Amino acid sequence: MFDLSFTLNDIFAFIWPVIPFIGVAALLVFVVIFLVLMERKVLAWLTIRKGPNRVGPGGWLQTFADAIKLLFKEDIMSSETNKILFTLAPIVVFAPVMVIYGLMPFTEHLVAINLAVGLFLVFALSSLTTVGIVLAGWSSNNKYSLLGGMRSAAQAISYEIPLVIAVLSIAVLAGSLNMIDIVKAQGGGIFTWNMWPAFIGFIVLFICCIAEVNRIPFDLPEAESELVSGYNTEYSGMKFALFFLAEYAAMFIISVLIVTLFLGGYTSPLGFYLTQIPALIHIEQAFWLVAKVYTIIFTIIWIRATLPRLRADQLMAFSWKFLLPMALGNLVIVSVIKFLGQL
Amino acid sequence: MIENLIKKDMLINVGPQHPSTHGVLRLIMTLEGEIIRDTKPVIGYLHRGKEKLAESRSYTQYLPMVDRVDYLSSFFYQAAYCYAVEEIAGLKVPKRAEYIRLITMEFNRIASHLLWLGSFLLDLGATSPLFYVFREREEIVTLFEELTGQRMMYNFYTFGGVKKDFPDGWIAKALDLCKKMPALFDEYEAIITKNPIFLERTKDIGVMTPKLGIDYGITGPNIRASGVDLDLRKSSPYSVYGELDVKPCLAQSGDSYDRYIVRIAEMRESIRLIEEAIEKIPGGIPERLRVKKVNCGCNQDECQHCGFDMQLVGKKVNPIVFKPPVGEATSMIESPRGITLCYIVSNGTNKPYRVKWRTPSFSSVQVLPELVKDKNYSDLMPIFGSLDVVLPEVDR
Repeated sequence: MFDLSFTLNDIFAFIWPVIPFIGVAALLVFVVIFLVLMERKVLAWLTIRKGPNRVGPGGWLQTFADAIKLLFKEDIMSSETNKILFTLAPIVVFAPVMVIYGLMPFTEHLVAINLAVGLFLVFALSSLTTVGIVLAGWSSNNKYSLLGGMRSAAQAISYEIPLVIAVLSIAVLAGSLNMIDIVKAQGGGIFTWNMWPAFIGFIVLFICCIAEVNRIPFDLPEAESELVSGYNTEYSGMKFALFFLAEYAAMFIISVLIVTLFLGGYTSPLGFYLTQIPALIHIEQAFWLVAKVYTIIFTIIWIRATLPRLRADQLMAFSWKFLLPMALGNLVIVSVIKFLGQL
Repeated sequence: MIENLIKKDMLINVGPQHPSTHGVLRLIMTLEGEIIRDTKPVIGYLHRGKEKLAESRSYTQYLPMVDRVDYLSSFFYQAAYCYAVEEIAGLKVPKRAEYIRLITMEFNRIASHLLWLGSFLLDLGATSPLFYVFREREEIVTLFEELTGQRMMYNFYTFGGVKKDFPDGWIAKALDLCKKMPALFDEYEAIITKNPIFLERTKDIGVMTPKLGIDYGITGPNIRASGVDLDLRKSSPYSVYGELDVKPCLAQSGDSYDRYIVRIAEMRESIRLIEEAIEKIPGGIPERLRVKKVNCGCNQDECQHCGFDMQLVGKKVNPIVFKPPVGEATSMIESPRGITLCYIVSNGTNKPYRVKWRTPSFSSVQVLPELVKDKNYSDLMPIFGSLDVVLPEVDR
C-alpha cells in the first residue's frame, strides 16, 4: 500500500515553487484582456467612435467574448505547411514573454525571479520572440508570411542594438544589472529618475520599444495593407490567439521596462509614500507602477492612432543612421555625468 | 530543389482578395527580394456587362443602372449618360436644372475625394483619417439623402433635367456645410500634410511624367498633379461651368504627394464652386421661387419666375415611347477620377444600339506597372492608392 499520509508541509513544499508561475500566468492573461479592451476603447475615442459597448456593462466583457470565440475556432492548417514548426512558432513567441513577466519588479517584493543579471536576461529573452516570428513566417509556406517574417528579423536586428546601448547607460548610472537595484537608485522622487541624465536614451529606448513590439509606425512585419497580416496570416484559432496574447503581453512588459529603467519603477514620484503602513506600501507601489505603465501604453496607442507606417528601408536607415549614433552619444554623456558625480 | 534555392525571383499574387486592392484588382507581381520587377494587373472580377445590358433595355430603364458603374460618383455617370442622350434627342436642359446638377456633382466630387483620402491613408498605415473623412462624408450623404432619397445610388437626373427641386432648407444646410468644410480640411492637413513619415512615404514616389501620363491616357487629378492643365470644366465647359470661375488645381512633380495635394485643393475648389453656384442659381431659393411662380403664373418662356430656365425638366419624355432619332452622341465630363466619356449609338428604337463607357480608372490601372517598376514592394500601396482607382469603374 502507498503511504498516503502527506503532511500539510509536504503539499506546501510541492506547490510553493509553482505558485509564482501560476501568478505570472494569471497576471499576464488578466493584463492582456484589459489591455485589448483599453486599446479598442482609446482608439475608438480617438477616432470619434464608441468602441465595444455591447457585451457586458459598457462593453467591458468584449475581450472575454473574443477570447472564447478564438478558443472554439477551428484550427486550420493548410496542407503545405511544415506542421511541427507551424505549431512550435506560437509557443516560441509566447514562452519568452511569459518568463520576462517573472523578471519584472512589480513592487519591491513582488518579483518572481530576482536575478543579479535580470536586465541582461530580459533582453536575451526578448530577442527570442523574433525566432518564433521567423519560424511562423517560414513554416506557413505563404509568401506574405515569409516577407513578414524576414522583415521582422531585419527589424529586430536593427533595433536591438540601439535598444541595448540605451539600456547600457542605465547600467552605468545604477552600477548594477539587478532590476530592484536600478529602481532603488531612483527612489528619491521625480528628480532622481534616470530619465533626466539619460533623456536622449529615454527617447531612443521608447522608439526602439515600439519597434520591438511591432506597432505603428513600425508594424512592418504585419503591415496590413501590404502583407495582408504578415507572419500570422495563416494562423487561426488558439495559435493565432497565442500570437495575439504575446503581442499585447509584450506591449505591457515593454512599458514596465521603460518605467523601471527610466521613470523610477514602482517608487513614488513624490519621493515619499503616502501610506506608511508596510502592507499598504506594497499596494501603493503597485499603484504607482500601474499608473506610470498605463501612461506609457496610452502614449503608444495615441501614436498608433496618429502616424502612418514607415517603409522597410526607411526603418533601417532610421535605426542605423539616427538611433544608433544617438544611443552612443547618450552613453558617453551618461558616463561623463556618472564620472563627474563620483569625483 | 537547388534551382529553387538559387532562383532569385518570387512570383506573388496580390489580390483579388487582399486588404488594400480597393476591391478586386489582382496583381501578378515578380519580386526580387522586396523589389518589384514586373507587374501584371488582371481585371474583370467585377465585370457586370454594363455596356451590353444597355442594349436590351430602354433608355429610361438603363438610367438607374449607370449609377452602379462607379458607386462613389454616381451623379457623374448619370450626368454623362444624360448629356449623351440629350444630345441625340435634342433635349434642352433648363438652367436651373443645370445648376442643380452642378451643385450635386461638386458635392459628390468632395465625397469621393474624401473617401479616397481615407483609404489612401489607410494604405499607408494610418487608421484614424478614415473615420474622420467618414464623419464629413456622412454630412454630404445626408444632404443627398434629403434631396434624392438615396445615400449612394441617387438616380436623380433625368433626360432634360433633374427629377426634383431642392427641398426646403436644403440650400441653407448646404451653405452651412460649405462654411464648415474648409476648417475640417485644415484639420486633415495639420495631421497629414507635414507629417514627416507621410512625406517620406509619398515624396518622389511613383513619379508620373507628363509624357507618361498622356501616353497612357491618364486624366483628372492624376494628370493635373503632373502639371498638365487638363480640366474639362475649364477647357471645354459642359453644364454651366462656363458661367463659373473654375480654377484647375495643378501641381508640378507628379508624385504621390502631389496627387494628394491636388485632391485636397480640388475639394476646396469644389466648395468655392458650390458657393458660387448657389449664389448664381436662377430662381434662387426654392421656397421663394415657388411663391413667385404662384403669384406670376404667366407661363411664358422668358419670364424670370416661371420661364423655361426656372423649370426642372425641359420637356418630359415618355419612358415607354421615348425614341431618339438615329444618330450617335458623345459626352465627356470631368469626374473625380478623370474624364468620363459616354458614347451612344441610336438606331431609332427605344433601346440604345450601343453604349460605350470610357472610364478614367481603367487608364490608371494600366499605368500602374510603369510606376511601380523597380520600386520597393512597400511603395506599391502609396502609388496605387494615390491613383484613386475604383474597381467597378474599371470593369464596368
